[in-house]
Amino acid sequence: MEWFGLYNYWIVVVLMMVGFYIVIAQGNLIKKIVGLNIFQTSVFIFFISLAKLEGGTAPIHVAGVSDYSNPLPHVLILTAIVVGVALTAVGLALVVRIHELYGTIEEDEIHAQDEA
Amino acid sequence: MIDLVLLAFMALVAIAAVRIRNLFAVIMLTGIYSLLAASLFVMLDAVDVALTEAAVGAGIMIILMLATLALTTSEEKVRMTRQNLLALVVVVITGGALIYGTLDMPKVGDPQAPAHTHLAPHFTQHSVEEIGIPNMVTSVLASYRGLDTLGEAVVVLTAAVAVILIIGSGRARQRKRRREKPSRGETRL
Repeated sequence: MEWFGLYNYWIVVVLMMVGFYIVIAQGNLIKKIVGLNIFQTSVFIFFISLAKLEGGTAPIHVAGVSDYSNPLPHVLILTAIVVGVALTAVGLALVVRIHELYGTIEEDEIHAQDEA
Repeated sequence: MIDLVLLAFMALVAIAAVRIRNLFAVIMLTGIYSLLAASLFVMLDAVDVALTEAAVGAGIMIILMLATLALTTSEEKVRMTRQNLLALVVVVITGGALIYGTLDMPKVGDPQAPAHTHLAPHFTQHSVEEIGIPNMVTSVLASYRGLDTLGEAVVVLTAAVAVILIIGSGRARQRKRRREKPSRGETRL
């Protein structure tokens, strides 16, 4: 069971790299935003994994229980989720605007039109 | 055990999102991904985060993406370049470095981890008497760090204004162009 202790972090790294790959290698703008989302959620899982306390429970006070998971990363990630959605909305608005102007959401076609 | 399976599923869903070309399917996968993340947060004792992720990540985010899809296009064009190989190399090297970094991390749930030994005990032991709310996440969010939450609201407001300016101005310009066209009798690019 010893190696399970770092399993969460390894999957977080895998998810993060999948998101990173989508952002740098795929030309479709909507897909890039999906990639950013995958990256972002992996960071959330990282923080929540840090907050987990073995034998603890959810940070809601119950008489007779003294071990709770760390509430501070939870608050941080609550804020981050909402801010993340706000930023996604702005990104998608830019995609809609780019589609209005160029008629495409493929990165290389946009570059080709800019150079022409 | 359940969280290990959930994490493995999330990795599979993310990799499927890379491979699939149909953007509608990709967005559905994003929804599944967010829902799996929410379930995982329940397993990791973060119930408030799980509720927010399920409502905002799997709900509002998907609606926004589908709306964008309706206004643009739903097929990704196939494009095979050498650039992809370079990206893969960069990703593998970065991932390897990060995994090397995790080897020094404390194990998940370790009570001796620095995250659990400095500030956290104060909040878990004294927040109920200081604030009077049984849910510690709420008391930190709304009271100890209330200003931070105000900042969050400002960010959301700014984003809403930005979206209105970006999309709204485009619509107004198009309408103006349509009105100008017949009177001048010229075609514009």
